[in-house]
Amino acid sequence: MKQESTQVLYGLYNDEEVLLHAVKKAKEDHLDIMDVYSPFPVHGLDNILGLTESRIHIAGFIYGLIGCLTAFLFMTWVFTRDWPIIFGGKPYFSALSFIPITFEVTVLFASVGMVVTFYTICGMGPGVDNPTLDDRITDDKFCIAFDVDNADESKQAALRQFLTDTGAEEVNVKSI
Amino acid sequence: MSAPISAIREPLITGSKTYHTITEDICGPTERTPTTAWVIAFIVAVTGLALYVFSVTWTIWVGIGSWNLNRTINWGWDITNFVWWVGIGHAGTLISAILLLFRQKWRTGVNRAAEAMTIFAVMCAGQFPLIHMGRLWLGFFIFPYPNTRGPLWVNFNSPLLWDVFAISTYFTVSLLFWYTGLVPDFATVRDRAKGLRRKIYSYVSFGWTGSAKHWQRWEALSLVLAGLATPLVLSVHTIVSFDFATSVIPGWHTTIFPPYFVAGAIFSGFAMVQTLMIMTRKVLKLEDYITLEHIDSMNKVILATGSIVGVAYLTELFIAWYSGYIYEQFAFYNRVMGPYFWSYIGMMGCNVISPQIFWSKKMRRSILVTFFMSIFINIGMWFERFVIIASTLARDYLPSSWSYYSPTWVEVCLFIGTLGLFSTLYLVFMRVAPVVAVAEIKGILKTGGDQYVGPNIKHGNDHKESTHH
Repeated sequence: MKQESTQVLYGLYNDEEVLLHAVKKAKEDHLDIMDVYSPFPVHGLDNILGLTESRIHIAGFIYGLIGCLTAFLFMTWVFTRDWPIIFGGKPYFSALSFIPITFEVTVLFASVGMVVTFYTICGMGPGVDNPTLDDRITDDKFCIAFDVDNADESKQAALRQFLTDTGAEEVNVKSI
Repeated sequence: MSAPISAIREPLITGSKTYHTITEDICGPTERTPTTAWVIAFIVAVTGLALYVFSVTWTIWVGIGSWNLNRTINWGWDITNFVWWVGIGHAGTLISAILLLFRQKWRTGVNRAAEAMTIFAVMCAGQFPLIHMGRLWLGFFIFPYPNTRGPLWVNFNSPLLWDVFAISTYFTVSLLFWYTGLVPDFATVRDRAKGLRRKIYSYVSFGWTGSAKHWQRWEALSLVLAGLATPLVLSVHTIVSFDFATSVIPGWHTTIFPPYFVAGAIFSGFAMVQTLMIMTRKVLKLEDYITLEHIDSMNKVILATGSIVGVAYLTELFIAWYSGYIYEQFAFYNRVMGPYFWSYIGMMGCNVISPQIFWSKKMRRSILVTFFMSIFINIGMWFERFVIIASTLARDYLPSSWSYYSPTWVEVCLFIGTLGLFSTLYLVFMRVAPVVAVAEIKGILKTGGDQYVGPNIKHGNDHKESTHH
């Protein structure tokens, strides 16, 4: 995926609560965290990290609206303009009986659209191989990563010190 | 997760697990050679699958005439099986979506397997209407695509077409929801694997890293998909019930059908989840994750939905009498006392009377009782659909065309065959994917683990738990 490699200094923590304290501390110290990795969603982490709320539900609403209009207007066009047929003596524009399909297509568009959007904005997809820092991050380790590409020795040492002080069990450098 | 943890809550994860042991326990079975129990089950399942392939081939080769359907009874085992399988699928979505919205933590132990069950059940269900069309190779006619016949469109006013949209949307959305949940867990398996196995799991885990932003989006996505799947699952069986309810056949033309079908679907689906979970937890030794508490909770759902279904049966009988409409009255008299009375007895006995045993907590927590009950309920729910379909059609408006229907060997083999298809898919799933949602279980460890809550609490941890997290 990414061609340029980045030098990353990272610390591995054993517990999500230790991690939360460390992230809080890093924010207080105005350290520039590259990313935080965890084996499961840690609640409250996004607030402390200052992540803005995901807008994926807004995208979902828009996709759903598109699906809703597509289905309803298409059926209306078919039965009133393209090929009007009387079914059971009902009017051509029998809006009530369009509701089930309109609903299903709304849900279909919203779901498929959101899932595709999710993988696209996360840079994920079938066969994509994003670099990972440590195999244990998907098991039982919680990780804070700093980008140290442009950091000098003393800056790196300070970050190492910070990670150890906040309870990191291991501190490593890896280029990804 | 700042909600206070009640001291009387039963733990949902036993055995004082750590994050690492959870990974080991759940990913382990996919890494070891299969157990003898699995191999035997797989041989049986594949035999069923072979029967499925054979009977489908036979049906298509010989034609629908190889079934015992006739002019009067034009829906038989095929549509019964269709409705039965679709219904079973509903519990998966209920567990994954509705219980997610209700923040029921016990769902995490069973949601992955239940969602897999949904997908496989819908695959089995879809076979029957498709094969019943007769000319399977023209099956694509059911989709409104621009064609050279006008274009002549499908009838958007027809509940059968609504069904096409409902089932295909349901299948797609369930698959996406399930797979999105699987991606982080596939990444866990990937990071433990080496060589080719790592390459395969790397491909299917989509490059998951566990980044905080990705987790945030993943949770937002899961929540919205759950919000969409909830009305969807209710709509699917509602629309399936419209196949009957919008007709003018006495016994079908009733407004009670949508809620009655949905309750029945959840009922039968939970029974199937129980059947599968009791076997899965035993074979994969997951008793610490799928605990008696989970089985108890699901039995409560079974009791509630079974009783709703019971009320619906009685309401139908009452309304038939109260309507004063003789055709409706006859339809229900015929259901209870007619040529198919035995299926009505089977339905009432298995669906309404036998689940009442679950008022007793001891019975709800008995594995053996639960297992047999889950089989009973699945039989009962199959009978329910058979009662609705066959007994109603057998006695139509014109006594001269009254008829009796029993299936040919092809229909019976086809049904057994779909059980084989379903079991094969489920057994393969058990081998290749974590059957319990690893990441979600880790997420509830500190509020559901037995070292943190319940009677075995270790006192070093409790003050930490109750103050923050």
